[in-house]
Amino acid sequence: MTDIMNSTVLTSARPKPGSQIEAEVLNRRDIFEKTQAAEIAVLTPADPGGLSHDLRHALAARIAALHGEPDQAARYAAGVTDAALSPLASVGTTSDDAQVQAMLTFTDAVSTNPREIIAEDVTALQSAGVSDADIVRLAELNAFLAYQLRLIAGLRLLVEAAE
Amino acid sequence: MTVKTNDDIIRRFTRNVPEWRPRVTPVKLAEATQEQLDALQVTPSNTKVSDYVLVLAHDVETLKVRSPLFNAIMYGKGGLSRAERELGALAASIVNHCIYCAAVHADRHAQLSKDKTVTDKLFAMGEKADLGPRDRAILDFGMRLARTPQQATAQEVAKLREAGLDEGEILDLILSTALFSWANRLMHILGDPVRKSG
Repeated sequence: MTDIMNSTVLTSARPKPGSQIEAEVLNRRDIFEKTQAAEIAVLTPADPGGLSHDLRHALAARIAALHGEPDQAARYAAGVTDAALSPLASVGTTSDDAQVQAMLTFTDAVSTNPREIIAEDVTALQSAGVSDADIVRLAELNAFLAYQLRLIAGLRLLVEAAE
Repeated sequence: MTVKTNDDIIRRFTRNVPEWRPRVTPVKLAEATQEQLDALQVTPSNTKVSDYVLVLAHDVETLKVRSPLFNAIMYGKGGLSRAERELGALAASIVNHCIYCAAVHADRHAQLSKDKTVTDKLFAMGEKADLGPRDRAILDFGMRLARTPQQATAQEVAKLREAGLDEGEILDLILSTALFSWANRLMHILGDPVRKSG
């Protein structure tokens, strides 16, 4: 069984030992275990398709930065081993690779303003040569990070309110 | 078969659950790998596999984890009532304008709370709808948490406490709103809500 206290969420927003919040977290152990399992599925899947583990970490860092979570951005950026991809972790950077650039444009929009996304945003990825399976992988990466970053932010508020 | 055009896309909030038209090609069941077939069984609707789940099957490793996580957050025992978890889901779905998610979860909220007035008001008046203090506190916190960057502060947490929510209930609200910040980025991004055919 995963030690949930070592999970990303609970190392990032750690309830005080013995506190009511810690008890509520432990009551929901399965949720925190599955959240960490989802991070593994999204960041380091056995079958990464067209999104390498390095690219996924660079995008995750960029998404965290877009969410105003610099500590999470730094944590994900540290997982990028390919120096050529490291710059993509920073908001506002671009890529000469048309497929990667399409993924950056999509990621910036899906993370910050999903309500404005229209069918043409998906078509743009397809036109750049991104496969439908990779479009789903990219959407899941953005979507999972949107969840995890808010869980961390919300839990942090609860922990701070109890202090 | 009628060809669907952009005119069929539903753009206003409703409790009538639309059809979902994928923007990418769903996995074909006949061509699914064993791993995909296994993952498809753990989804809530295992008799008829929806296009939505068949689209998500393109990323089978994530789908496999996401379905049980979804169920644990929305249906797990104790804590926030199921109707109020639906409000947390609605807060995100309204911010992200996910018509499909909002329809499903407004309908569920109306059924669970045996009250349509809350979602009627939400859809008619939007984010500023005049609701009871507890629903208002839940929606204010949820809608702020759903924005990017998230905007919830200690002030909204204090309002939740004043409205009577304990720490476990607030944690469940955080979880349901965060979960729909995830779900909206699949449902609203990978397909369109369209009028039911036939």
